[in-house]
Amino acid sequence: MRNIKARLIEEKIAKGFMQLSGIIITGSLFFIVGTILYKGLPYLSWEMISQTPQGGFYMGKEGGILNAILGSLYLASASTFLATLIGIPIVLYLNVYVKKGSLLARSAKLLFDVLFGIPSIVYGAIAFSLMVYLGIRASLLGGIITITLLTIPIIVRTLDELIDTIPTDLRHVTSSLGATRWETAKVMLKYIKPGLFTAILLAFGRAIGDVAGVLLTTGFSDNLPKYIDEPTATLPLAIFFQLSSPIPEVQGRAYASALLLTFLILVIVLCSHILASKQKKHKI
Amino acid sequence: MFPYPSLETEKAQDLSPIILPKIQIKNLNVQVEGKQILKNISLDIPNNSITSIIGPSGCGKTTLLKTLNRLLDDQKEVEVSGSVLVNNEDIYAPGAEVTHIRKKMGLLSQKPFPLPMSIFDNIAYGPKIHGIRDKKALKQIVEQQLINVGLWEEVKDRLDASATRLSIGQQQRLCLARGLAVAPEIILGDESTSALDPISTQTIENLLIELKEDYTIVLVTHILRQARRVSDYILFLYNGEIAEFGRTEDVLLNPQNEITKQYVKGYIS
Repeated sequence: MRNIKARLIEEKIAKGFMQLSGIIITGSLFFIVGTILYKGLPYLSWEMISQTPQGGFYMGKEGGILNAILGSLYLASASTFLATLIGIPIVLYLNVYVKKGSLLARSAKLLFDVLFGIPSIVYGAIAFSLMVYLGIRASLLGGIITITLLTIPIIVRTLDELIDTIPTDLRHVTSSLGATRWETAKVMLKYIKPGLFTAILLAFGRAIGDVAGVLLTTGFSDNLPKYIDEPTATLPLAIFFQLSSPIPEVQGRAYASALLLTFLILVIVLCSHILASKQKKHKI
Repeated sequence: MFPYPSLETEKAQDLSPIILPKIQIKNLNVQVEGKQILKNISLDIPNNSITSIIGPSGCGKTTLLKTLNRLLDDQKEVEVSGSVLVNNEDIYAPGAEVTHIRKKMGLLSQKPFPLPMSIFDNIAYGPKIHGIRDKKALKQIVEQQLINVGLWEEVKDRLDASATRLSIGQQQRLCLARGLAVAPEIILGDESTSALDPISTQTIENLLIELKEDYTIVLVTHILRQARRVSDYILFLYNGEIAEFGRTEDVLLNPQNEITKQYVKGYIS
């Protein structure tokens, strides 16, 4: 038997590590938010949010980044919507119709693990060559296709893990009441609804923040996005271009844009939390 | 009078008065992941009575119960041979419609599992999927079933509340009501009271005794006293085989098989 003292010391060390990790991650978060606030806030203005780039914008003159804000919102909303639309049936099929542990189920899960890990620049490159083949130029549509492909594995993986947490009792109950598999699937969706919002949010966060995927496929434009087949600005790319500028004022705007992007994500996180907690009413 | 079909037990000829069998199991063998769980089970389960399946843990009680409504289908690597006739229809015949089979059997599992919806919707769920859309009719079914299980007075003012807010005993009665709402002919209980307190257990047991007027009930239980209290027939399973089947008093007071004797006396459990 080990000495109680040694065991207590071991516990202290373990607890210390946990607290240290907590401090590191909270510290970096504060550092990031602090930096963009410090560097970006002075440049944040109503003009920045409400206008498109005007003459001399890239030289530090007037205008804003409304084009990129709208472009990012369109792009992320559309691709998250599409990815959810395509992802949910895949997950339900794999969990309700395909036998657990079968070759198909296992290989599909492996496939989505691989897709989940592929860097977005690869998605961008593949989508780009596909677009060239189909004759689609860099546009909002190209971006939506790429980012949808990128976010489907996120939706599938997250939902799959959620469905794994559903007790088999649920399936026993519905099927012993004479429910078809599809009817069972609908109850399962109901069960995981609070988590569904988290999955969608994760996908949206990835979609709105991705640079590499949109670099080749979406292009950039100073105009407000009006047509789906035209190049469209996105916030991450705007930040990238502004940061590359040697002019301090334009660099400051990059931080202001980053601040806006972070704020957008914060709003979406809060909204989804509120929605999710409303859905928890019947959660077991 | 209907002649009672032969039972493969020593007490078979004494089983009078004669009751029509509801479920006939013939040469049933079940293998799960290569392991033989049930061996050559042949058995007639009588109508309008309670049959308890007893036996030591791992003897195949639950597996036998699950073969009755084909819940084993969802498990991996399961092989079933033989036949199970419900109302003279083989539920394992090729092309047999599983959904239809299961609707005939209400399942009351070990732990109550309310669906993630309100009390009302839990009971209305079954009738709804079977095509009842009329709100008035649904309301009537819900009220009737809640009255049947003695839950109506307790919940009538909060039908919209989440079913998970109920106490565990109430939840189990709700689950029974939910099962009854699809008008089954058979009730299967898988250690349905093992998670409940003594008072809730008694309520469920009394309910089952009342319900046998209209249903055929098969219970898996590991509590011998419960089997004595509620059942008309007892099936004693040992190592996946039928060790003894007969009227409750015969099996408990005058067991023919040596293993049954030991189990009843408490030497094995």
